[in-house]
Amino acid sequence: MPDVTREAEMAAVLEIEGLRKTYRSRRRGTRQALDGFDMRVEAGQVHGFLGPNGSGKTTTLRTLLGLIRPNGGRMAILGQEVPAALPSVAGQVGAIVESPQFFPHFSARDTLSLLAGAGGVPQTRVMEVLELVGLRERAKDRVKTYSLGMKQRLAVASALLKNPKLLILDEPANGLDPGGIREMRSLMRDLAASGMTVVVSSHILGEVQLICDSVTIISLGRRVAAGPVAEVLAEHSGNGLRVRLEAVTDLPHAADLLTRAGARVTPHDDHLLVYDVDKPATVTRTLAAANLYVSELATLTVDLESVFLELTATAPVPGQHRQVDQSVVVDGSSGDPTTSNGGWGV
Amino acid sequence: MNLYTTELRRLGKRRFVRYLTLAGLLVLVAVAVGMFLTNQKIGPAQVAEAERVAERDYQQNVAMTQQFRAECERAKVAGDAPRDRFPEDCSSITPPPRDAFQAEWHLPATFEFREEFAETLITVTAVLALVAFVGGASFVGAEWSTGGMMNLLLWRPQRIRVLLTKLGALLSALFGVTVLAGVLWTAAFWATGSLRGSTAGMTAGAWQSFGLTGLRGLALVLLAGALGFGLASLGRHTALALGGVLGVMVVGQFGLGVVLAMAQVRFIESWLLPTYLLAWMNKKVTLQDWAACQASYTGECEPLTRDITWQSSSVLFAVSLVVVLGGAIWSMRRRDIT
Repeated sequence: MPDVTREAEMAAVLEIEGLRKTYRSRRRGTRQALDGFDMRVEAGQVHGFLGPNGSGKTTTLRTLLGLIRPNGGRMAILGQEVPAALPSVAGQVGAIVESPQFFPHFSARDTLSLLAGAGGVPQTRVMEVLELVGLRERAKDRVKTYSLGMKQRLAVASALLKNPKLLILDEPANGLDPGGIREMRSLMRDLAASGMTVVVSSHILGEVQLICDSVTIISLGRRVAAGPVAEVLAEHSGNGLRVRLEAVTDLPHAADLLTRAGARVTPHDDHLLVYDVDKPATVTRTLAAANLYVSELATLTVDLESVFLELTATAPVPGQHRQVDQSVVVDGSSGDPTTSNGGWGV
Repeated sequence: MNLYTTELRRLGKRRFVRYLTLAGLLVLVAVAVGMFLTNQKIGPAQVAEAERVAERDYQQNVAMTQQFRAECERAKVAGDAPRDRFPEDCSSITPPPRDAFQAEWHLPATFEFREEFAETLITVTAVLALVAFVGGASFVGAEWSTGGMMNLLLWRPQRIRVLLTKLGALLSALFGVTVLAGVLWTAAFWATGSLRGSTAGMTAGAWQSFGLTGLRGLALVLLAGALGFGLASLGRHTALALGGVLGVMVVGQFGLGVVLAMAQVRFIESWLLPTYLLAWMNKKVTLQDWAACQASYTGECEPLTRDITWQSSSVLFAVSLVVVLGGAIWSMRRRDIT
């Protein structure tokens, strides 16, 4: 079944098409924070929203939630166009955007009680969500006495207060201790299992890989990858193979043979990394013909972190200091990444 | 619970607003108590005492005059009178007339409700307007600077409605506090007048006049609250409203006053805000320019005058309100919330 048909059949809770946001500054020129960004999140999923610092994640979320006015594009939440329908759809969207911010002299209970009052949520829900995030015992304490992790929990509680259909969490694990991170992971899974759609933006890519069904990766305001986690990983594994021989001294000769056979080879001290071969048998056949025998032939597996670093070109390079916004632009027609400095003045 | 009642609750829970209001009310209580303690009722005993003091002062003055005249005559006879101490003719040293020592000057302070209560309404208005301005600025300014406004807009993504509901909650709270304070203030000074002065002459017309002055005071308090709210909302921080007012007072009023005085501009007060505040409360302020002589029919030199009326004040206030609140609403509608 074609992808387009399959996508159309699945209900999209969140859709963004061609979203653009331009910041203009007399002093620093023009910056495209979002440059035709697309995103789609289907119902009941935990969706990871990834991108390096300054790539446009928070701008996207703020724009989606009506805090920032876009310069173009289309957005829809639960099938309703936003920002026009935000007042009616807001009751079904719980969100925390960036770091949690609360009035420091109010208690957690007062903070949530006021939000519940403003949103027409029953006051009984306040203690329920405080219990859920583990803040029941500290509910009467002022927020200014809270640690970052506790504020984060309060932020999640505020987002859950409405019992939303779509939950948007921007860096929810920020400041949490290991136990808290595990609890957050478990909470997100439970919420998704209950039918809630969760969009989570995080830099803890191991966590994202563990809990997310699908991801969208953004770089310099454009989508550079999207889809189910497994598909994104498969697409970017490069069909690489790790090849070891019985004799390490034969590696240069083997590399030469494989290169002549059309493969791309990266030699290492005790093995070769071989790419662009149609199937692993090609390697064994080529080397066996020259009396070189393979002791290990393994498909390379990649994790989300390496895919992220590759797609956004943000992997650390020894001796270089990468600047914020120094990332990758993907040409929409070719898909080839080209590195660019996307800061002010682009 | 709707947004309006939530915002009223939020305002009531704000510690700074509570302390500020309490401080303002304590100042008013101190003034009222001070007025009560420093005034007393005038009766026959107070009048008799005042007359006794006036007579004593007169007699002392007569005695001193006679003594001085005797010294003068003795010095003239002796021929060693210092020129700068005594007049040429000692007979010109005469005691002042008796009516130069009025008993009423020695009467204790007494509170004439009809005559003095209107002035006290300016005091209560000034204190409450200051509370309203700072409280209004803090109410919305702290919301902006702590991220509370952003949180609220995630729940109620209707920017103008949220802003105006907050303003409505603030103004209704100010209305309540001002009316309550006004009633208590009137009662306190009525008690002062009854027990430490007089409440005579309070006709329906006098009450109506006080009522209208009180209403103008209420309007001024609400205006101050709305301006503080609007300025802090424009700058998205309490400090902008407070700094703005400080700037206006220092540069726009003190500095302007100095420059206008140096330029010898007539009626400098007509450029200064307090004049308009007073004109609003008193219905009219008449400025006088003593440098200009307007000869009267009797040949006296009368100063040139200019009236600042409450109507001109109302135009100034209305324009300020439209500019500040209009700017805040425009900013709320147009600016991104980051």
